[in-house]
Amino acid sequence: MIDRRGFVALTFAFGGMGTQLLASRDTRDVIAIGGDVTEIIFALNQGHRLLARDTTSTYPAAARDLPDVGYMRRLSAEGVLSFAPSLIVSAEGAGPPEVIDILRAASVEFAEIPTGYDAEAIAQKIHAVGAALAVPGKAAKLTADTHAALTAAVDRAARTDAMPKRVLFVLSTQGGRILASGTNTGAHGIIQMAGGTNAVSEFEGYKPLSDEAVSAAAPDVILMMDRSGDHAATDEELFALPAISSTPAAQSGDVVRMNGLLLLGFGPRTADAVTALNRALYPT
Amino acid sequence: MHLWLSVALIVVGIFSLTVGATEVSLGSALWKVVQGEALTRMEAIVLWDIRAPRLALGLMVGAALAMSGAVMQGLFRNPLADPGLVGVSAGAGLGAITAIVLAGLAPMWLALAVGDQLVPVAAFLGGWASTLLLYRVSTRRGRTSVATMLLAGIALGALAGALSGVLVYISDDRQLRDLTFWGLGSLGGANWTKVLTAGPIIMVSVVVAASLGRGLNGLALGEATAAHIGLNVQWIKNTAILTVAAATGAAVAVSGGIGFIGIVVPHLLRLGTGPDHRPLLINASLLGALLLVLADMIARVIIAPAELPIGIVTAVLGAPVFLWILLRQHAMVDL
Repeated sequence: MIDRRGFVALTFAFGGMGTQLLASRDTRDVIAIGGDVTEIIFALNQGHRLLARDTTSTYPAAARDLPDVGYMRRLSAEGVLSFAPSLIVSAEGAGPPEVIDILRAASVEFAEIPTGYDAEAIAQKIHAVGAALAVPGKAAKLTADTHAALTAAVDRAARTDAMPKRVLFVLSTQGGRILASGTNTGAHGIIQMAGGTNAVSEFEGYKPLSDEAVSAAAPDVILMMDRSGDHAATDEELFALPAISSTPAAQSGDVVRMNGLLLLGFGPRTADAVTALNRALYPT
Repeated sequence: MHLWLSVALIVVGIFSLTVGATEVSLGSALWKVVQGEALTRMEAIVLWDIRAPRLALGLMVGAALAMSGAVMQGLFRNPLADPGLVGVSAGAGLGAITAIVLAGLAPMWLALAVGDQLVPVAAFLGGWASTLLLYRVSTRRGRTSVATMLLAGIALGALAGALSGVLVYISDDRQLRDLTFWGLGSLGGANWTKVLTAGPIIMVSVVVAASLGRGLNGLALGEATAAHIGLNVQWIKNTAILTVAAATGAAVAVSGGIGFIGIVVPHLLRLGTGPDHRPLLINASLLGALLLVLADMIARVIIAPAELPIGIVTAVLGAPVFLWILLRQHAMVDL
């Protein structure tokens, strides 16, 4: 049976370059949910097939021009249907389930892309997105390229002579409370790839740390997301926090800020993120 | 008043079927039906599977919350009373949070039995359990003390809040966002299953509660006086508590935490029609339904294709209007 996606694939396979511009209007039928998924779709040169994206899809710039269907766990059935998509490619955990049921009933296909925080997970994501969009060839090439770049970046990062620095990823400092990353998070994964050590490994996920726990973690570097335009703490405010002020990071003034989606997205740009973070951790 | 509210409710109800993110129109769909033409798949799904159950759920949840608020304010003789006072909100919240955070630990048979409906079922059971506990604590020798119930409710609320805090602490960031959104309420997950499970509970409760008008008028004079004029005070209390727990529990289970409607709708009506509970209870359910359907319409079109949590809309629009009405009143409010 050739379903709609199969048909799209055929159009693409036989359409050739000449008809592609013409075809692109008809084949604009996909909604992307999740910043990493959207990035992969654009990296596969399939951005022209997107009708809309979710709030977290902010890269590349072309993604921002697409309409925003809201937060992935709170999709609106009618909002999504108003684009008449035939396929939704979504990062793990889109919802609510009632809305997904309605979308399926309206014959919108739903491809869930697994998440994960290592090189293997990135390969699986690209493979799954490629399969959903029926461009397995392009996906295989992107997987190979991404994997090679990432391996090279991680190898370069591992060749650092210095002692691995202890890095504390701080998600927020709301009300002076440090919300830090434990293991099994994107932050943990990227810190390790970039040749650092996560200063906190006692728990999984993101948790508030007591001031003493931050002291005990003794981070050499604080890693944060830069939220351009948002009310992120300045370096002075950060190092003045009682929890942070006693750490080696505060004494050396080492804080690294990187774009959240680049740092934690685990997609095609993760090699860049590893290299950038490694250079920031071990400036020469 | 009943009549005007009913007419407004019908108008708003029909209007809510015609607006949404898609360009599906009720009028042209009806015309097709009249002409004997088939509806497109899109029209059928948008009108029948999305907008209609959402309207039905909005009507019922709005009526349940506003009616419950009016009954609670009458029972506790307190203008600040809301359905939460019988413990149902705290219990339902704890139930929902438990389901969201610990869903992964649920045994297989439970997951198979309730499936996606784990959160609403847990919220409903949590609401009921805490109401029954509160009722038990404040009832001695067949007599329920409303004051004890108020105080015990505060203690129970603190306990539920603390347990919720523990669950929030162990939740991951995705669950945390789910919790936040649940607390802001939404009719976005409306479907016929929810309408058909919550509907009968809410409708029976609202109809029974509507008959409490004379009893609550009597209670306003004080319990002793009410008993002297021949009212069965304990029966009124039991009925009030049970109907509120059932209606609010079901409403919260299907829509999450929607604030403001329960506490403010009865006051709006008192400013208009005075403190008599007989018209108040019926008007409250009509106005509650009307306002919630209106709020939901705004919630789903204002940032389309995304939608706002409805609790934000009810509070942001409702609170200033209520303040404005209070300021315009020359006399101070009396209950």
